[in-house]
Amino acid sequence: MTEPFLTAKHRILRRSVRSFCDRELSPIAAQIDQEARFPWEVIEKMGPLKYFGIQASRELGGAALDSLSYAIIIEEVSRISAAIGLCLSVHNSVAVFPIMAFGTAEQQQRWVSELARGQKIGAFCLTEPNAGSDASGISATAIQEGDHYRVNANKVFVTNGGVADICLIFARTDPAAGRKGISVVVVERGTPGFVVGDLEDLCGVRANPVSSIRLYDCCVPKENLLGQSGTGLQIGLVALDTGRIGIAAQALGIAQASMEEAIRYANQRQQFGVPLSRHQVIQMMIADMATQVDAARMMIYRAAWLKDQHQTFTKASAQAKLFAAEAAGKVTDLAVQIHGGYGYSKAYAVERYYRDARVTRIYEGTSEIHRMVIAREAQKEIMSDLHIA
Amino acid sequence: MDVLVLLKQVPSTESIIEIAGDGVSIKTDDLKWVINPYDELAVEEALRLREAHGGTVTILTVGREKAAEAIRTALAMGADKGVLVSDPVLEGCDPLCTAKVLAAAAKEIPFDLIIAGQRAVDDDAYMVGSAVAEALGIPSITMVIKEEISENRIQCQKTIDGGVAVVEAPLPALITTQRGLNEPRYASLPGIMKAKKKPLDSKTLADLGLDPQTFTAFKMKIVALNPPPERKGGQVVEGETAQEKARELVRILHEEAKVF
Ligand SMILES: Cc1cc2nc3c(=O)[nH]c(=O)nc-3n(C[C@H](O)[C@H](O)[C@H](O)COP(=O)(O)OP(=O)(O)OC[C@H]3O[C@@H](n4cnc5c(N)ncnc54)[C@H](O)[C@@H]3O)c2cc1C
Repeated sequence: MTEPFLTAKHRILRRSVRSFCDRELSPIAAQIDQEARFPWEVIEKMGPLKYFGIQASRELGGAALDSLSYAIIIEEVSRISAAIGLCLSVHNSVAVFPIMAFGTAEQQQRWVSELARGQKIGAFCLTEPNAGSDASGISATAIQEGDHYRVNANKVFVTNGGVADICLIFARTDPAAGRKGISVVVVERGTPGFVVGDLEDLCGVRANPVSSIRLYDCCVPKENLLGQSGTGLQIGLVALDTGRIGIAAQALGIAQASMEEAIRYANQRQQFGVPLSRHQVIQMMIADMATQVDAARMMIYRAAWLKDQHQTFTKASAQAKLFAAEAAGKVTDLAVQIHGGYGYSKAYAVERYYRDARVTRIYEGTSEIHRMVIAREAQKEIMSDLHIA
Repeated sequence: MDVLVLLKQVPSTESIIEIAGDGVSIKTDDLKWVINPYDELAVEEALRLREAHGGTVTILTVGREKAAEAIRTALAMGADKGVLVSDPVLEGCDPLCTAKVLAAAAKEIPFDLIIAGQRAVDDDAYMVGSAVAEALGIPSITMVIKEEISENRIQCQKTIDGGVAVVEAPLPALITTQRGLNEPRYASLPGIMKAKKKPLDSKTLADLGLDPQTFTAFKMKIVALNPPPERKGGQVVEGETAQEKARELVRILHEEAKVF
């Protein structure tokens, strides 16, 4: 089947990524979820293949692919393991990408060249115990003292936290300046005062070592400031615009996997003398799953395509993330329903998909926050159209 | 060192094979197609040779147009170019015909070594590699688990019943792969992107100077296809004690299974 937006290149890419994931990730996906284990053996294979530098430049060791390719890769990896899809999405889109977009040549050389090769893993540290949806409410500080910053922070829910080497820390460099006093400072693991907290015991995406990261009087050189002082929130928003495409693609991968499992099961399980798939009610469920999955896919590819065309994509990516996350909720729920009692057992993959899907409505902006973004952008568009008319 | 790899696209071994309504073919609609696993070893070995000695790696395939996908996958792994020979006449030809076509195509491509899979996992003929070597008049070494090239000779370790034989031949030569030869690489993301831009020539029999007429005589006719017999359920040996069960087991083996 050919799809809009995609070229032959993208189809070869999907096939190749799928073959890697089927062989390397699929056999351990259920096990790493149950053991909440980060699969270094697979991560080490992904590094040389450039999965950790999907959009980073070639000179820095990346693959320099477009955003559509990025979405396809996250979708395919998440189809097998949402936890590893999350790892790649956060690393590529909210750690590597902001350094590529806002970092100096020297900073890119210093951090991206290792991040893009998967020799180091990146993390994005915005959320704090008292600041989630309201990012401007953070209390971490990075106070300049001569040629360095003294950083104090308590960051929670850090994806990749347990294994991250290079962390983008959002902190107040000018506590008196409110929203305009927040900056991004890069802090490397191993800096004295850098402490990784206990891993979260999560409902889903359990193979990702999500943890807290605390910084106690961490001294980092002033060259570790990313972008201009005071522009932290803008950097965060730009990063999240891109990040949303990744999380949306993650949700899509989970939904796709659930639909495949449900259809397979419905064709094999017999009740009342015929396969489940022959019952009309089950067919309606399959129709809804297929439609949700396709609609989500088209919205994601459109957002990625807009980004590749250098057009504004804030609304498109927010819509894609909102829709795909909600679709993943519905599709995984239906997949469990079609499996009956077996869908509620860890012996069947849909149980894991059901848990994994839930968080896509929460992180990188909840569904509610996304609706706020979409409402704002939609009104901006319509109102400016009315002005022109 | 120019290496030519003979590559076939086959249904994935995980695919569920169903016999089509006509009883003499399989349903192909829902099949997942992949590079024949033994040919994947061949591609990997060719890439390693190029890394060690320089030169080029060319992929040669006889198959339907769809087989271009398999060639692209090999190009994504790092091969330099591909040639696909496609002709409706070849549908249903026997392995010797395939070998003739491959040999004719190989004559137009410079090579020092040809690497082929020991067999294709779909129809398991084990013939094509050696037959191509025969048609080209070059030596062939089959079932290779290790090779070493020096001064225009290739020395191979090949598996034989119960052991390993060391065999040597002058180049150009043809070898076929055996499991254990190497661990095929995955395509890297930049490699995948380059694959689309690499040359892939499509050829017909006429392009190779072959007369399609001569091939119609070599058609194989499949008379019937049957799925393997369904496995029977197990049997539980009854008995109160271990001794009783053992005695009953011996009786079953003796009287029912007649193994001794
Ligand atoms: C597995 C996991 C991984 C994560 N990874 C990262 C990471 O790598 N980096 C990082 O910085 N953070 C990360 N997070 C944190 C995540 O981004 C936050 O949980 C999310 O932004 C919501 O913040 P909160 O949990 O504080 O909820 P709150 O902000 O307290 O929200 C609670 C509820 O209130 C709603 N709400 C809040 N404000 C409004 C409003 N104005 N109007 C209407 N409704 C509102 C929310 O939608 C939500 O339903 C992760 C979280 C999880 C669970």
